[in-house]
Amino acid sequence: MMDNRPRRLDEILSACGSALSRKLTSSAAEIYVDLPAANAPAASAYLRSAGCRHVAVFAEDRVAEDSHDYIYYVFEHPDDCRYLVLRAAIDLDDTAFPSMAAEVPALNWQEREIQDWFGLEALGHPNPRRVALHDNWPDVHPLRKDFSIDTVLPPFEGEQHVYRPTLGEGVFQIPVGPVHAGIIEPGHFSFAVAGEPILYLQLRMFYVHKGIEKRFEQLTADRAVFLAESVSGDSSFSHGTAFCQALERIGGVEVPEPAHRMRTILLELERIYNHVADIGAIVTDVGFVIANAHASRLREEILRINEELTGSRLLRSVVCPGGVRRPWDRDHVSNTLAALTPFEREFNELVDMIQSSDSTRDRLERTGILNPDQARDLGIIGVAGRASGHDRDVRRDHPYAAYDSLEIQVPVYQEGDVLRRMQVRIDEVRESLQLIRAAESGLASGPHRVSMPPLPADQYALGSVEGWRGEILYWVRTAANNRIARCRVKDPSLNNWPAVVEAVQGNIVPDFPVINKSFSLSYSGTDR
Amino acid sequence: MFRILKKTFDTGLVTIDYPDAPPRLSENFRGAPRFHLANWHDARPAAEACPTGALSIRDYGGIREVTMDYGLCIFCGECGAADQSGAVQMTREFELAVRDKANLVLTAQYDVSFDGTQQHLRQLHRGLQPVEQDTAALELKVHQAIHQTLGRSLAIREVDAGSCNGCEVEIVALNNPVYDLERLGIHFVASPRHADMLLVTGPVTRNMELALLKTYRATPEPKVVVAVGACGISGGIFGRNYATVGAVDQVVPVDVFIPGCPPRPHALLHGILLALGRIAEKQLPL
Repeated sequence: MMDNRPRRLDEILSACGSALSRKLTSSAAEIYVDLPAANAPAASAYLRSAGCRHVAVFAEDRVAEDSHDYIYYVFEHPDDCRYLVLRAAIDLDDTAFPSMAAEVPALNWQEREIQDWFGLEALGHPNPRRVALHDNWPDVHPLRKDFSIDTVLPPFEGEQHVYRPTLGEGVFQIPVGPVHAGIIEPGHFSFAVAGEPILYLQLRMFYVHKGIEKRFEQLTADRAVFLAESVSGDSSFSHGTAFCQALERIGGVEVPEPAHRMRTILLELERIYNHVADIGAIVTDVGFVIANAHASRLREEILRINEELTGSRLLRSVVCPGGVRRPWDRDHVSNTLAALTPFEREFNELVDMIQSSDSTRDRLERTGILNPDQARDLGIIGVAGRASGHDRDVRRDHPYAAYDSLEIQVPVYQEGDVLRRMQVRIDEVRESLQLIRAAESGLASGPHRVSMPPLPADQYALGSVEGWRGEILYWVRTAANNRIARCRVKDPSLNNWPAVVEAVQGNIVPDFPVINKSFSLSYSGTDR
Repeated sequence: MFRILKKTFDTGLVTIDYPDAPPRLSENFRGAPRFHLANWHDARPAAEACPTGALSIRDYGGIREVTMDYGLCIFCGECGAADQSGAVQMTREFELAVRDKANLVLTAQYDVSFDGTQQHLRQLHRGLQPVEQDTAALELKVHQAIHQTLGRSLAIREVDAGSCNGCEVEIVALNNPVYDLERLGIHFVASPRHADMLLVTGPVTRNMELALLKTYRATPEPKVVVAVGACGISGGIFGRNYATVGAVDQVVPVDVFIPGCPPRPHALLHGILLALGRIAEKQLPL
């Protein structure tokens, strides 16, 4: 099905001659190219000038297997549905890799993660401080193979994180968190304010780091699906699906078409329940409480549909490698999804109610602006990216599940304010309802899954899903006996936190909650 | 304004009656698995399928010990799918909250025959007590001070100590018009200093350990702590590792444990009311 799609990456690779010619493997979904680490910055600059986006960077410890660490650089191009992965080997006696964070700010945290997890130095990083391990941790590198997951670290007595000092007459500091006032996840925000306006915000994340990437390495592929579902609980199905897609590519398994359609329906239900909740939460933060009462009631309607279809309100334990875990009855599915018709009517009434409130619009418009240039430089993706002119959507650009047979409208706005981030959600809920109807109309009663053969050892693949927040990326390498050797998890929140820092500057403190909510990022997905 | 009021009237009452009346749950809701321990011939396939080790077996000297820990269970249903004998049944049971974590654990000992199947049930334990006969509900045990002070009005401070945010999704739902916690005199507050109860989720990451302890100390007496979800009770699928402590009760004393991954809003409500002594504890189905 993908054959007639443009394959621009081939042209780009052949145009640069021998520098990117050491092709390792190539499939319908990804191309791997080997290159010396020293050449990576030049290669990245070339690819970016050719219109590629630098998606991710991560590392792997292969010292036991072939005496190397590896750094992987993932790219995509708007005119190619494949991912391009550059792989750079780091020799045993080398403990550093060249940093690109100064040119590609989107890689800032990811490069520092490699420093923390693997003890490899990002040479030339403009801000090489720890990001994932807090400053008071001992000098450990948890994703090295010689670090045991059961290691009991002594009470942390190292120095705490030192924030940039807040200086100047009338300038003061507001520390918030990690335990927040609402029912939200923990993180620390340090505001520097001059009266009401925020001068700058410093973030400290990774409070909920629970060793997930290391934990993957303890599990068989079947069990690891449940771990992927627990990376970010509000995106269980998207994370689980991305992980399963990587396994299916490794196993060379074709998921049956009805299962693809069922996955599509459930992925869109997950998007709807979260978007509706966020729309309600955004207007609550500017005082429109009654609209949130309706929004949270509508979310509950979707959670009930989820439970009726799958047994789980949050779509847990549903996706599995090869399809979905349980069969369904076609009539039951369409009877259950009939509830989306009154839902849609009520959703439209809710949107009317919100949009007819001038005071709500007044608070949301031109609040928390992230302009398109900032969004591009920081590599902002998903809802926030599309509200700031960044026209990317994994469903359309790297189709999976049943999306290659569905027409997808991607809403894009240029203004980048809270109002547009909410508008992207409103448009996407409506689009999701169309997609669910389209996926359901051709839904057969089965088969719901194919059995997975034992996974070949030492194979690797990417899996990506447009979760409701944005692009979720998994990179999996298998070990013997159906185990996982390495699993890199990238939730869109990891990309997007720096956007919050930019968007709040110059806004007033009372607008911070609504700006933060308009990004609605996952702390657990970031911290893992 | 008129439209907003009209919408309110058109919507009508959506709030559920639980706990006064049993909730209307989907037929498909996957609650606790129930094990017919007295007539179970082979627990191995179900234990093999369990992703968290909640259902586990240990063979020694011709004896097999089958242990089911509902505090570690994520209610995935894999044990029920793997067991072909009908000894494992997925139920819609969700009122699983307990005061003593040990009561979430069922242990059965069997004689094992030469082909590895279980022959006859030797002993059955719920928690630390051998089970002689089954009773549906335990008596209402109430901590007098807590009941008198907090029984009819309660302020909760929620603390995420490393959760995946699944529990938060359901805790937030308690505030919506459907569950409407405030109808029971219970509400969430912004500071531990205003709180009577800490509702704690997550396996307690090392990075949240101190924050949880400080939050506990900042909460005035008398106070109750409720650990929510498989992670809060036992570390769940994350377990105890370099980055986690592995359970809320490793850091602060816990009064009630609410199993689930995540517990549905009714289950949260049940656990909260149990902590207040407003309802009785149920025993695990056998």
